Amino acid sequence: MSASGRLSLRLLALGYLAALLLAPALMLFYRTFEHGLAPVWQAITAPNALHALLLSLQIVAIVVPLNTAFGIGIALLIERRRFPGRALVGMLVDLPFAISPVIVGLSLVLVYGRTGWLGDWLSQHGIEVIFSVPGMVLATAVVSLPFVARETIPVLREIGSDAEHAAATLGAGPWQTFWRVTLPAIRWAVSYGVVLSTARALGEFGAVSIVSGNVEGKTQTLPLYVSDQFENFNLTGAYVATALLALLALLTLLAMSLLARRAGLDTLDRTNTLEVSA
Amino acid sequence: MLTLYLSALVLLPVAALLAQASHGGASSFRPEISSREAVAAIELTLSSSAIVVAVNALFGTLLAWVLVRDSFPGRRIVDALIDLPFALPTIVAGVLLLALYGKNGPTGIDVAFTRAAVVLALLFVTLPFVVRSVQPVLIELDRSMEEAARSLGAKGFTVFRRIVLPNLTPAILSGAALSFARAVGEYGSIVLISGNLPFRTEVGSVYVFNQVSNSDFPAASAVSVVLLAAALIVLGAATLATHARSRHVR
Repeated sequence: MSASGRLSLRLLALGYLAALLLAPALMLFYRTFEHGLAPVWQAITAPNALHALLLSLQIVAIVVPLNTAFGIGIALLIERRRFPGRALVGMLVDLPFAISPVIVGLSLVLVYGRTGWLGDWLSQHGIEVIFSVPGMVLATAVVSLPFVARETIPVLREIGSDAEHAAATLGAGPWQTFWRVTLPAIRWAVSYGVVLSTARALGEFGAVSIVSGNVEGKTQTLPLYVSDQFENFNLTGAYVATALLALLALLTLLAMSLLARRAGLDTLDRTNTLEVSA
Repeated sequence: MLTLYLSALVLLPVAALLAQASHGGASSFRPEISSREAVAAIELTLSSSAIVVAVNALFGTLLAWVLVRDSFPGRRIVDALIDLPFALPTIVAGVLLLALYGKNGPTGIDVAFTRAAVVLALLFVTLPFVVRSVQPVLIELDRSMEEAARSLGAKGFTVFRRIVLPNLTPAILSGAALSFARAVGEYGSIVLISGNLPFRTEVGSVYVFNQVSNSDFPAASAVSVVLLAAALIVLGAATLATHARSRHVR
């Protein structure tokens, strides 16, 4: 290809990227710090902002360990067991990727809401799920469910079960085999999945927005807070919270590229697994 | 335990959605999705997603090409930047775009509350799909085929069209299908920038959200099922097409 042709393709590609990604991101940081640091500090320490940040972190702290444990379990089930319905389990785990977060929220309301399938039973036992924190945990768990399992399955397939069989032959029990043989082999894939789930759990908006009721200072996560501030024309508050979320996302990106190198994941694997936000 | 977890999180909710949508049979399903507002929302979702898929196929392939075949300072940073839309919460995407392309933006361009805003938001969140599916194929592509074509007198674009493009097609298709599925269900990045005006800028997912807020679950479920079906059909068709064409992508 001619040098000028190469150059114009490069400019076209980079220009597209700059207009779509880079320029808006820079503008956000400009807008955040436009009036100096004092309003930024004020916005971060606003009680409702702090509460939203804390609630987001709490939900992450519940959901990510749960999905890590169950993700590994599901991966082992799919790769190491033969049973009817195995394909169905694989499909169910992947389904949250194909479903809109709004639809996830709606389906949860249809099961756990007051008029939902389990609504009567739940209210008889005084359990409130929808419009309160348990529902938000549930919604976040659904949308971040696939990551650990999807990262772990290809690695489990690749390493095969020879080492596990050998361990069993030498007298190791199932748990011992898992902790001493399987887990060390899949740890980077699992870590990668954990990073992706964390990012997704932290940023989830659509599903949580439906099931939360969005009460300021009570059932508002950081993304919900952003949208609320924006709609109330408190732009500084919205920009600061957005910048905070963006910063966390940048850290995620950094962790992802470090872990990806560590795990020896090439870009081919990354395409199948990267789908954090929604 | 595992079964219980999966049932509580996925199986039961999806079953409830399907049950609600089919409640009363096809006779009540049709009026729900044929309300004029619902039809307008579904049409906007599908048409914007189609535009987004076309732009992504073009620019995604271009970006992958530049990242693999070109070399320039900062290429690795650009490569890492491609993943940004996947790492960013969607609400952040919406605010970012509004900061630059909204009211009082420095560019003088104001797309807020227009259909262009919907397309812009969708382009942002789906950017990585095609790039990340084409890139690895391009890296592994044997360049001797291109050299052979060139030695036989083919010019640059002919080589690309006749040799490179056919090899990339399965990857472009699967990346495009993923971005379609994502675009059809997208909510967070659109909700602030589109203004959600019924019949003008209200997409399917926003319509579903509004119906849930009004506790109109039949209408919300009916439109949800249509959106879900559109996403699954396109994903399924792309999988079939890619498998038919090549088997090297897992």
